[in-house]
Amino acid sequence: MWSYPAFLVSGLPWTLSVTAGAFAIGALIGLPVMLAEESTFAPLRLIARTYVNLVRAVPPIVWLFIVYFGVGSDLLRLTPFGAAVIGLGLISSAHLAEIYRGGMISVGKGQREAASALNLGPVYGFIDVMAPQAVRVALPPSAGYAIGLLKDSAISSAIGVPELTERANEAAQATLTGLPVYVALAAIYILMSVPVAWLARAVDTRLRAKVAR
Amino acid sequence: MSELVEEWTSFLPDLLQGLDISVEVTLLSLAIGIPCGLVLAVLVSSSSRLAKGAGLLIVEFGRGAPALVLLQLVYFGLPTTGLLLSSFVSAIAALAWNTAAYTSEIIRAGLDAVPFGQREAATAIGLNPLDALRFVLVPQGLRMAIPALVGFSIQIFQATSLCFTIALPELLSRSYGIGSQTFHYFSVLLLAGLIYAAICIPASILMKRLEHAIGHYAT
Repeated sequence: MWSYPAFLVSGLPWTLSVTAGAFAIGALIGLPVMLAEESTFAPLRLIARTYVNLVRAVPPIVWLFIVYFGVGSDLLRLTPFGAAVIGLGLISSAHLAEIYRGGMISVGKGQREAASALNLGPVYGFIDVMAPQAVRVALPPSAGYAIGLLKDSAISSAIGVPELTERANEAAQATLTGLPVYVALAAIYILMSVPVAWLARAVDTRLRAKVAR
Repeated sequence: MSELVEEWTSFLPDLLQGLDISVEVTLLSLAIGIPCGLVLAVLVSSSSRLAKGAGLLIVEFGRGAPALVLLQLVYFGLPTTGLLLSSFVSAIAALAWNTAAYTSEIIRAGLDAVPFGQREAATAIGLNPLDALRFVLVPQGLRMAIPALVGFSIQIFQATSLCFTIALPELLSRSYGIGSQTFHYFSVLLLAGLIYAAICIPASILMKRLEHAIGHYAT
Protein backbone atom coordinates (compact mmCIF):
# COMPACT_ATOMS: atom_id res chain seq x y z
CA MET A 1 0.00 0.00 0.00
CA TRP A 2 1.07 3.56 -0.74
CA SER A 3 2.26 5.08 2.53
CA TYR A 4 1.57 8.73 3.10
CA PRO A 5 4.23 9.47 5.78
CA ALA A 6 7.05 8.97 3.26
CA PHE A 7 5.14 10.99 0.68
CA LEU A 8 4.57 13.79 3.18
CA VAL A 9 8.25 13.93 4.13
CA SER A 10 9.21 14.14 0.43
CA GLY A 11 7.92 17.73 0.62
CA LEU A 12 10.45 18.60 3.32
CA PRO A 13 13.37 19.49 0.99
CA TRP A 14 11.06 21.88 -0.88
CA THR A 15 9.91 23.57 2.32
CA LEU A 16 13.51 23.95 3.45
CA SER A 17 14.70 25.27 0.05
CA VAL A 18 11.88 27.83 -0.19
CA THR A 19 12.67 29.00 3.35
CA ALA A 20 16.44 29.11 2.84
CA GLY A 21 16.20 30.76 -0.58
CA ALA A 22 13.75 33.41 0.59
CA PHE A 23 15.77 34.08 3.74
CA ALA A 24 18.99 34.46 1.73
CA ILE A 25 17.35 36.98 -0.63
CA GLY A 26 15.80 38.82 2.29
CA ALA A 27 19.04 38.94 4.28
CA LEU A 28 20.88 40.37 1.26
CA ILE A 29 18.31 42.93 0.07
CA GLY A 30 17.42 43.84 3.65
CA LEU A 31 20.85 45.43 4.16
CA PRO A 32 20.66 48.13 1.44
CA VAL A 33 17.00 48.74 2.40
CA MET A 34 18.05 49.37 6.02
CA LEU A 35 20.92 51.64 4.91
CA ALA A 36 18.52 53.58 2.67
CA GLU A 37 16.08 53.92 5.58
CA GLU A 38 18.87 55.39 7.70
CA SER A 39 20.23 57.58 4.88
CA THR A 40 20.60 61.33 5.32
CA PHE A 41 19.18 61.83 1.80
CA ALA A 42 15.44 62.36 2.39
CA PRO A 43 14.00 61.04 -0.93
CA LEU A 44 15.92 57.78 -0.53
CA ARG A 45 14.63 57.46 3.02
CA LEU A 46 11.06 58.03 1.82
CA ILE A 47 11.36 55.37 -0.90
CA ALA A 48 12.80 52.82 1.54
CA ARG A 49 10.17 53.51 4.23
CA THR A 50 7.37 53.27 1.65
CA TYR A 51 8.78 49.97 0.38
CA VAL A 52 8.97 48.49 3.88
CA ASN A 53 5.51 49.68 4.90
CA LEU A 54 3.83 48.64 1.66
CA VAL A 55 5.41 45.19 1.64
CA ARG A 56 4.34 44.55 5.22
CA ALA A 57 0.81 45.89 4.74
CA VAL A 58 -0.16 43.29 2.12
CA PRO A 59 -0.65 39.63 3.13
CA PRO A 60 2.16 37.29 2.00
CA ILE A 61 -0.19 35.08 -0.04
CA VAL A 62 -1.33 38.15 -2.01
CA TRP A 63 2.31 38.96 -2.84
CA LEU A 64 2.85 35.39 -3.96
CA PHE A 65 -0.18 35.61 -6.24
CA ILE A 66 0.96 38.96 -7.62
CA VAL A 67 4.38 37.50 -8.40
CA TYR A 68 3.16 34.16 -9.75
CA PHE A 69 -0.11 34.98 -11.52
CA GLY A 70 0.38 38.70 -12.07
CA VAL A 71 4.00 39.14 -13.08
CA GLY A 72 4.57 35.48 -13.91
CA SER A 73 1.81 35.15 -16.50
CA ASP A 74 2.29 38.42 -18.36
CA LEU A 75 5.88 39.61 -18.22
CA LEU A 76 8.09 36.60 -17.62
CA ARG A 77 7.59 32.91 -17.01
CA LEU A 78 8.24 31.85 -13.43
CA THR A 79 8.13 28.38 -11.93
CA PRO A 80 6.05 28.08 -8.74
CA PHE A 81 9.29 27.56 -6.80
CA GLY A 82 10.90 30.66 -8.32
CA ALA A 83 7.82 32.76 -7.63
CA ALA A 84 7.64 31.53 -4.01
CA VAL A 85 11.32 32.29 -3.36
CA ILE A 86 11.12 35.75 -4.96
CA GLY A 87 7.81 36.66 -3.28
CA LEU A 88 8.79 35.48 0.19
CA GLY A 89 12.30 36.89 -0.35
CA LEU A 90 10.94 40.39 -0.94
CA ILE A 91 8.70 40.12 2.12
CA SER A 92 11.69 38.95 4.20
CA SER A 93 13.80 41.88 2.98
CA ALA A 94 11.31 44.35 4.47
CA HIS A 95 11.05 42.52 7.80
CA LEU A 96 14.79 41.89 8.07
CA ALA A 97 15.55 45.54 7.23
CA GLU A 98 13.50 46.50 10.29
CA ILE A 99 15.32 43.92 12.42
CA TYR A 100 18.72 45.22 11.22
CA ARG A 101 17.59 48.77 11.99
CA GLY A 102 16.68 47.70 15.52
CA GLY A 103 20.18 46.24 15.85
CA MET A 104 21.80 49.48 14.67
CA ILE A 105 19.74 51.57 17.07
CA SER A 106 20.68 49.31 20.00
CA VAL A 107 24.39 50.06 19.49
CA GLY A 108 25.21 53.06 21.64
CA LYS A 109 25.41 56.46 19.97
CA GLY A 110 28.86 56.91 21.51
CA GLN A 111 30.18 54.12 19.28
CA ARG A 112 29.24 56.05 16.14
CA GLU A 113 30.75 59.21 17.59
CA ALA A 114 33.91 57.38 18.62
CA ALA A 115 34.26 55.93 15.12
CA SER A 116 34.03 59.36 13.53
CA ALA A 117 36.39 60.82 16.18
CA LEU A 118 38.92 58.17 15.11
CA ASN A 119 38.38 59.41 11.54
CA LEU A 120 37.11 56.01 10.38
CA GLY A 121 34.65 57.50 7.91
CA PRO A 122 31.09 56.25 7.36
CA VAL A 123 32.07 53.09 5.44
CA TYR A 124 34.68 51.73 7.87
CA GLY A 125 32.72 53.07 10.81
CA PHE A 126 29.87 50.86 9.65
CA ILE A 127 31.93 47.79 8.70
CA ASP A 128 34.36 47.75 11.63
CA VAL A 129 32.41 49.33 14.48
CA MET A 130 28.65 49.39 14.03
CA ALA A 131 27.89 46.23 12.04
CA PRO A 132 29.77 43.70 14.23
CA GLN A 133 27.88 44.90 17.29
CA ALA A 134 24.53 45.33 15.55
CA VAL A 135 24.71 41.79 14.18
CA ARG A 136 24.90 40.40 17.71
CA VAL A 137 21.64 42.11 18.62
CA ALA A 138 19.92 41.42 15.30
CA LEU A 139 20.80 37.72 15.10
CA PRO A 140 18.23 36.29 17.56
CA PRO A 141 15.25 38.19 16.10
CA SER A 142 16.48 37.19 12.64
CA ALA A 143 16.40 33.56 13.76
CA GLY A 144 12.91 34.18 15.10
CA TYR A 145 11.95 35.59 11.73
CA ALA A 146 13.39 32.51 10.01
CA ILE A 147 11.03 30.34 12.07
CA GLY A 148 8.13 32.54 11.01
CA LEU A 149 9.29 32.24 7.41
CA LEU A 150 9.41 28.46 7.69
CA LYS A 151 5.74 28.56 8.66
CA ASP A 152 4.92 31.15 5.98
CA SER A 153 6.48 28.90 3.34
CA ALA A 154 3.33 26.77 3.74
CA ILE A 155 1.48 29.30 1.58
CA SER A 156 3.62 28.39 -1.42
CA SER A 157 1.39 25.29 -1.59
CA ALA A 158 -1.29 27.64 -2.95
CA ILE A 159 0.75 28.23 -6.11
CA GLY A 160 1.68 24.57 -6.44
CA VAL A 161 5.16 24.20 -4.92
CA PRO A 162 5.30 20.49 -3.92
CA GLU A 163 6.31 21.29 -0.33
CA LEU A 164 4.99 19.79 2.95
CA THR A 165 1.56 21.39 2.96
CA GLU A 166 0.89 20.66 -0.70
CA ARG A 167 1.95 17.04 -0.12
CA ALA A 168 -0.38 16.88 2.87
CA ASN A 169 -3.27 18.12 0.73
CA GLU A 170 -2.58 15.41 -1.83
CA ALA A 171 -2.19 12.73 0.85
CA ALA A 172 -5.44 13.80 2.54
CA GLN A 173 -7.31 13.55 -0.73
CA ALA A 174 -5.79 10.18 -1.59
CA THR A 175 -6.38 8.53 1.80
CA LEU A 176 -9.72 10.26 2.46
CA THR A 177 -8.68 10.61 6.10
CA GLY A 178 -7.49 14.17 6.54
CA LEU A 179 -7.14 14.43 10.29
CA PRO A 180 -4.04 12.27 10.95
CA VAL A 181 -2.30 13.76 7.91
CA TYR A 182 -2.83 17.36 9.05
CA VAL A 183 -1.96 16.60 12.67
CA ALA A 184 1.29 15.01 11.46
CA LEU A 185 1.89 18.05 9.24
CA ALA A 186 1.39 20.47 12.13
CA ALA A 187 3.69 18.34 14.31
CA ILE A 188 6.44 18.50 11.65
CA TYR A 189 6.29 22.31 11.57
CA ILE A 190 6.35 22.52 15.37
CA LEU A 191 9.26 20.06 15.66
CA MET A 192 11.26 21.98 13.04
CA SER A 193 10.89 25.28 14.87
CA VAL A 194 11.93 23.90 18.28
CA PRO A 195 15.68 23.44 17.58
CA VAL A 196 15.96 26.85 15.87
CA ALA A 197 14.25 28.60 18.78
CA TRP A 198 16.47 26.75 21.26
CA LEU A 199 19.63 27.65 19.35
CA ALA A 200 18.55 31.31 19.05
CA ARG A 201 18.03 31.56 22.81
CA ALA A 202 21.41 29.98 23.52
CA VAL A 203 23.24 32.26 21.08
CA ASP A 204 21.34 35.33 22.29
CA THR A 205 22.62 35.21 25.86
CA ARG A 206 26.21 34.74 24.69
CA LEU A 207 26.17 37.53 22.12
CA ARG A 208 24.32 40.19 24.06
CA ALA A 209 27.13 40.40 26.59
CA LYS A 210 29.45 41.78 23.92
CA VAL A 211 27.58 44.95 22.94
CA ALA A 212 28.71 48.35 24.18
CA ARG A 213 25.85 50.64 25.10
CA MET B 1 -4.44 54.99 -17.14
CA SER B 2 -8.17 55.73 -17.60
CA GLU B 3 -8.54 52.16 -18.82
CA LEU B 4 -7.11 50.89 -15.55
CA VAL B 5 -9.42 53.13 -13.52
CA GLU B 6 -12.41 51.91 -15.52
CA GLU B 7 -11.36 48.30 -15.01
CA TRP B 8 -10.83 48.81 -11.29
CA THR B 9 -14.25 50.46 -10.90
CA SER B 10 -15.82 47.41 -12.49
CA PHE B 11 -13.89 45.07 -10.15
CA LEU B 12 -14.50 47.06 -7.01
CA PRO B 13 -18.09 46.10 -6.02
CA ASP B 14 -17.25 42.39 -6.09
CA LEU B 15 -14.01 42.90 -4.18
CA LEU B 16 -15.73 45.02 -1.52
CA GLN B 17 -18.22 42.20 -0.94
CA GLY B 18 -15.21 39.95 -0.40
CA LEU B 19 -13.71 42.51 1.96
CA ASP B 20 -16.94 42.36 3.97
CA ILE B 21 -16.40 38.64 4.56
CA SER B 22 -12.71 39.16 5.40
CA VAL B 23 -13.64 41.77 8.00
CA GLU B 24 -16.43 39.60 9.43
CA VAL B 25 -14.07 36.65 9.82
CA THR B 26 -11.44 38.93 11.43
CA LEU B 27 -13.86 40.43 13.95
CA LEU B 28 -15.49 37.12 14.90
CA SER B 29 -12.10 35.39 15.26
CA LEU B 30 -10.88 38.17 17.53
CA ALA B 31 -14.14 38.29 19.52
CA ILE B 32 -13.89 34.55 20.20
CA GLY B 33 -10.10 34.22 20.28
CA ILE B 34 -9.11 37.01 22.69
CA PRO B 35 -11.32 35.89 25.61
CA CYS B 36 -10.05 32.33 25.02
CA GLY B 37 -6.53 33.77 25.04
CA LEU B 38 -7.19 35.33 28.43
CA VAL B 39 -8.40 31.97 29.78
CA LEU B 40 -5.34 30.23 28.31
CA ALA B 41 -3.04 32.86 29.83
CA VAL B 42 -4.51 32.17 33.26
CA LEU B 43 -4.34 28.38 32.69
CA VAL B 44 -0.69 28.48 31.63
CA SER B 45 0.35 30.56 34.65
CA SER B 46 -1.70 28.37 37.01
CA SER B 47 0.02 26.19 39.58
CA SER B 48 -1.96 23.07 38.65
CA ARG B 49 0.14 20.79 36.45
CA LEU B 50 -2.85 19.49 34.51
CA ALA B 51 -4.23 22.96 33.70
CA LYS B 52 -0.78 24.17 32.74
CA GLY B 53 -0.10 21.16 30.49
CA ALA B 54 -3.47 21.41 28.73
CA GLY B 55 -3.05 25.16 28.25
CA LEU B 56 0.47 24.79 26.89
CA LEU B 57 -0.59 22.08 24.43
CA ILE B 58 -3.33 24.27 22.95
CA VAL B 59 -1.04 27.32 22.85
CA GLU B 60 1.99 25.56 21.32
CA PHE B 61 -0.12 23.86 18.67
CA GLY B 62 -1.94 27.05 17.79
CA ARG B 63 1.28 29.06 17.55
CA GLY B 64 3.68 26.46 16.23
CA ALA B 65 1.61 25.31 13.26
CA PRO B 66 1.18 27.74 10.36
CA ALA B 67 -2.26 29.40 10.28
CA LEU B 68 -2.77 27.83 6.85
CA VAL B 69 -2.28 24.36 8.33
CA LEU B 70 -4.78 25.09 11.13
CA LEU B 71 -7.32 26.18 8.52
CA GLN B 72 -6.86 23.03 6.50
CA LEU B 73 -6.82 20.86 9.61
CA VAL B 74 -10.25 22.18 10.57
CA TYR B 75 -11.74 22.28 7.08
CA PHE B 76 -10.28 19.14 5.48
CA GLY B 77 -9.25 17.23 8.62
CA LEU B 78 -12.24 17.37 10.95
CA PRO B 79 -14.65 15.72 8.45
CA THR B 80 -12.69 12.52 9.21
CA THR B 81 -14.32 12.54 12.64
CA GLY B 82 -17.73 13.20 11.06
CA LEU B 83 -17.69 16.90 11.91
CA LEU B 84 -18.42 18.86 8.74
CA LEU B 85 -18.06 22.63 9.06
CA SER B 86 -18.75 25.24 6.40
CA SER B 87 -15.74 27.19 5.14
CA PHE B 88 -16.95 30.28 7.05
CA VAL B 89 -17.21 28.42 10.38
CA SER B 90 -13.92 26.59 9.74
CA ALA B 91 -12.18 29.88 9.04
CA ILE B 92 -13.42 31.38 12.31
CA ALA B 93 -12.62 28.24 14.31
CA ALA B 94 -9.05 28.03 12.98
CA LEU B 95 -8.26 31.73 13.19
CA ALA B 96 -9.83 32.01 16.65
CA TRP B 97 -7.57 29.15 17.77
CA ASN B 98 -4.56 30.94 16.29
CA THR B 99 -5.69 34.19 17.98
CA ALA B 100 -6.19 32.51 21.35
CA ALA B 101 -2.72 30.95 21.20
CA TYR B 102 -0.90 34.17 20.29
CA THR B 103 -2.94 36.53 22.46
CA SER B 104 -2.52 34.27 25.49
CA GLU B 105 1.23 34.98 25.27
CA ILE B 106 0.61 38.71 24.75
CA ILE B 107 -1.78 38.86 27.70
CA ARG B 108 0.54 36.78 29.87
CA ALA B 109 3.34 39.26 29.18
CA GLY B 110 0.93 42.07 30.08
CA LEU B 111 -0.06 40.37 33.34
CA ASP B 112 3.60 39.72 34.19
CA ALA B 113 4.34 43.41 33.69
CA VAL B 114 1.98 44.36 36.51
CA PRO B 115 4.28 44.98 39.49
CA PHE B 116 4.32 42.24 42.11
CA GLY B 117 3.28 44.75 44.79
CA GLN B 118 -0.15 44.97 43.15
CA ARG B 119 -0.62 41.24 43.67
CA GLU B 120 0.50 41.51 47.30
CA ALA B 121 -1.71 44.53 47.86
CA ALA B 122 -4.69 42.62 46.46
CA THR B 123 -4.01 39.76 48.90
CA ALA B 124 -3.45 42.22 51.75
CA ILE B 125 -6.85 43.83 51.31
CA GLY B 126 -8.40 40.37 51.38
CA LEU B 127 -9.35 39.83 47.72
CA ASN B 128 -9.60 36.18 46.78
CA PRO B 129 -7.44 35.08 43.80
CA LEU B 130 -10.30 35.38 41.30
CA ASP B 131 -11.26 38.88 42.43
CA ALA B 132 -7.61 39.93 42.46
CA LEU B 133 -7.44 38.82 38.84
CA ARG B 134 -10.71 40.52 37.94
CA PHE B 135 -10.29 43.88 39.65
CA VAL B 136 -6.53 44.36 39.93
CA LEU B 137 -4.41 42.31 37.53
CA VAL B 138 -6.51 41.94 34.38
CA PRO B 139 -7.52 45.61 34.00
CA GLN B 140 -3.90 46.75 34.31
CA GLY B 141 -2.40 43.86 32.35
CA LEU B 142 -4.85 44.16 29.47
CA ARG B 143 -4.19 47.88 29.20
CA MET B 144 -0.52 47.22 28.63
CA ALA B 145 -1.32 44.47 26.14
CA ILE B 146 -3.48 46.73 23.94
CA PRO B 147 -0.81 47.87 21.42
CA ALA B 148 0.37 44.29 20.87
CA LEU B 149 -3.24 43.12 20.54
CA VAL B 150 -3.89 45.76 17.86
CA GLY B 151 -0.74 44.57 16.06
CA PHE B 152 -1.96 41.01 16.21
CA SER B 153 -5.39 42.01 14.91
CA ILE B 154 -3.70 43.38 11.79
CA GLN B 155 -1.98 40.02 11.36
CA ILE B 156 -5.27 38.14 11.68
CA PHE B 157 -6.88 40.42 9.12
CA GLN B 158 -4.02 39.57 6.76
CA ALA B 159 -4.37 35.88 7.63
CA THR B 160 -7.99 35.86 6.41
CA SER B 161 -6.46 35.89 2.90
CA LEU B 162 -5.37 32.28 3.61
CA CYS B 163 -9.06 31.30 3.61
CA PHE B 164 -8.72 31.37 -0.18
CA THR B 165 -7.46 27.79 0.16
CA ILE B 166 -10.67 26.61 1.84
CA ALA B 167 -12.89 28.28 -0.79
CA LEU B 168 -14.23 31.09 1.39
CA PRO B 169 -15.36 33.91 -0.97
CA GLU B 170 -13.28 36.59 0.77
CA LEU B 171 -11.23 39.38 -0.81
CA LEU B 172 -8.41 37.26 -2.26
CA SER B 173 -10.72 34.50 -3.54
CA ARG B 174 -12.83 37.06 -5.37
CA SER B 175 -9.85 38.78 -6.94
CA TYR B 176 -8.45 35.42 -8.02
CA GLY B 177 -11.87 34.56 -9.47
CA ILE B 178 -11.95 37.81 -11.45
CA GLY B 179 -8.38 37.15 -12.58
CA SER B 180 -9.24 33.71 -13.94
CA GLN B 181 -12.23 35.11 -15.84
CA THR B 182 -10.57 38.19 -17.33
CA PHE B 183 -6.93 37.00 -17.31
CA HIS B 184 -6.06 40.44 -15.90
CA TYR B 185 -4.45 38.84 -12.86
CA PHE B 186 -1.92 41.57 -12.30
CA SER B 187 -4.41 44.42 -12.31
CA VAL B 188 -6.99 42.79 -10.02
CA LEU B 189 -4.44 41.38 -7.58
CA LEU B 190 -2.77 44.77 -7.39
CA LEU B 191 -6.13 46.33 -6.51
CA ALA B 192 -6.69 43.66 -3.84
CA GLY B 193 -3.21 44.38 -2.44
CA LEU B 194 -3.98 48.10 -2.30
CA ILE B 195 -7.22 47.41 -0.42
CA TYR B 196 -5.32 45.35 2.17
CA ALA B 197 -2.69 48.09 2.44
CA ALA B 198 -5.34 50.80 2.77
CA ILE B 199 -6.55 49.08 5.93
CA CYS B 200 -3.27 47.77 7.37
CA ILE B 201 -1.17 50.95 7.03
CA PRO B 202 -3.55 53.23 9.03
CA ALA B 203 -4.01 50.39 11.54
CA SER B 204 -0.28 50.08 12.12
CA ILE B 205 0.04 53.85 12.51
CA LEU B 206 -2.68 53.60 15.17
CA MET B 207 -0.71 50.82 16.85
CA LYS B 208 2.46 52.95 16.98
CA ARG B 209 0.49 55.83 18.55
CA LEU B 210 -0.99 53.47 21.14
CA GLU B 211 2.47 52.14 21.92
CA HIS B 212 3.62 55.65 22.74
CA ALA B 213 0.52 56.38 24.79
CA ILE B 214 0.22 53.21 26.89
CA GLY B 215 3.22 51.03 26.16
CA HIS B 216 4.52 51.29 29.70
CA TYR B 217 3.21 50.69 33.17
CA ALA B 218 0.89 53.51 34.17
CA THR B 219 -0.02 54.20 37.77
